[in-house]
Amino acid sequence: MNVAKSNLISALSEGETAEIEAEITHLPDRKSAAIDALKIVQRHRGWISDESLSAIARLLGVSNAELDGIATFYNLIYRQPVGEQVVLFCDSVSCWIMDGDKMCAAVKARLDIDYGETTADNKYTLLPVTCLGACDHAPVMMVGDTLHSDLTTDKVDEVFK
Amino acid sequence: MNETPLTRNINPEKGPTDLIAYEANGGYQAVRQSIGKVDPKEVLNTIKESNLRGRGGAGFPTGMKWSFVPDASDSGHRYLVANADEMEPGTFKDRLLMEFDPHQLVEGMILSAYTISADTGYIFIRHEYHAAIKRLREAIQTAEDNNYLGKNIQGSEFSFKLHVHVSAGRYICGEETALLNSLEGKRAIPRAKPPFPQVSGLWGRPTIVNNVETLCNIPHILANGADWFKSLGLGDDAGTKLYGASGRVNKPGCWELPIGTTGREIIEQHAGGMINGYKLRGFLPGGASTDFLIDEHLDLPMDYDSIMKAGSRMGTGTMIILDDKTCPVGMVANLEKFFARESCGFCTPCREGLPWVKELLDAIEAGEGQPGDIETLQRQAQFIGAIGNTHCAHAPGAIEPLTSGLKYFRDDFEAHIKDKKCRYTQEPGQ
Repeated sequence: MNVAKSNLISALSEGETAEIEAEITHLPDRKSAAIDALKIVQRHRGWISDESLSAIARLLGVSNAELDGIATFYNLIYRQPVGEQVVLFCDSVSCWIMDGDKMCAAVKARLDIDYGETTADNKYTLLPVTCLGACDHAPVMMVGDTLHSDLTTDKVDEVFK
Repeated sequence: MNETPLTRNINPEKGPTDLIAYEANGGYQAVRQSIGKVDPKEVLNTIKESNLRGRGGAGFPTGMKWSFVPDASDSGHRYLVANADEMEPGTFKDRLLMEFDPHQLVEGMILSAYTISADTGYIFIRHEYHAAIKRLREAIQTAEDNNYLGKNIQGSEFSFKLHVHVSAGRYICGEETALLNSLEGKRAIPRAKPPFPQVSGLWGRPTIVNNVETLCNIPHILANGADWFKSLGLGDDAGTKLYGASGRVNKPGCWELPIGTTGREIIEQHAGGMINGYKLRGFLPGGASTDFLIDEHLDLPMDYDSIMKAGSRMGTGTMIILDDKTCPVGMVANLEKFFARESCGFCTPCREGLPWVKELLDAIEAGEGQPGDIETLQRQAQFIGAIGNTHCAHAPGAIEPLTSGLKYFRDDFEAHIKDKKCRYTQEPGQ
């Protein structure tokens, strides 16, 4: 068996492949499942490695370059490893007015990382995000799936204690 | 007491409205009375007569938009898409509708799909709205179980399948043709128009994209009639509007009010006025991509035409308040950083111009501005913002707070350059 091919097959689990195929059933062509497929694999593995990307591209019948163009367009598809939880810090205008920069500095100091970095214990990756739609409770951030609003430095300490 | 059809079931403390509570309050009545019983053309006429205009920001008449969908002449798919990609900075209204009354959106989509003969629908929702995604999926399942969705709805010939599509990010997906490309699994690059999505949209088929709040109005218009809907507005526009206020006000929030309520009433009565020690300096009426207005505009009705005449746009109707202790240059710099980052990169004026503007603004804010920078910003604004220089409205929208900021807060820009520093010694919140 061709080594490269066996690597590609092993790069996706049966479960992942089945989930992607299920998405394809309600789409007009395989290619249209590109973003869904990237999200499915990312949900299982945390990020999209080159091997995962190639395997998905092969499964959907698109080139690696085309799929990478799609993957890198979207800010919530991660082409690098991320921590166990991604911290999405809102840097849009309402949060900025309400001390967002100060709270973000507190998060960075507490985690000892800057935007785009992961903590040494691999727990958190910090990324900026567009308005989280909770401006009446600004400033806000999302840690994993949980929204934290009306942030103060004390709350930041509490979240990351 | 004003009527609040869109939020009457909404009480965040009680959690989402389930099917039983929704039906008990008249929910799905419009579906039972209309689907298979009223000619879709008649439904379309009611929506046209109601004068409902798009609540996503552009204010385009909904009935007219729907009327551009060609008559069903073949058996191919026709699509209805709810734009639930709420990401306009300062906007937090659709989240409320989806989290606490998901069936209202589902019912609005069933009725809208029936009107335009769509067989498939998508709710295109941003990834971060986890609670809304879960509750919409549950509502769709319940609606299917009760034959409000799926095959032969309520015993009629009409079938409609509804899916939730969770996005992978990027503000530009809120632009309707970018959204369609994203739904097709591609990069979210806006398409050149024509053709318009109504004729050639998702996978080349007739498609209508409507904002969540727009769609949520449909059941109420059909249940109560176009005249009732028109009577809800205070001025020329019809219906209610979810207005909001954020910034240094006492009670930031989102309220359903008659469309045409003044900015002053929204800020002073509903948002409880400015926090003690802060004065209102200006406001963006409806999101980041609307022009600044100032106190002299507070008594204008917040409706599409009045705000347009004042040189701005009502946009999403969720106001962002600039106070007198926050630096206007810093605020514009924050807005342009956002627009520069969120440009899809396809059109040169947007891709190259916005980062240039952002750099200049950052320099001015940092006290490193040069004489002539304001003129450069104005020249850039003209080039970047001119309609027709770019495919979509991202760049023209980005320029709105810049040109209006330069107009109303020019003294601040000049002082930063002259004094080589930001004179807001008290940075926001310090």
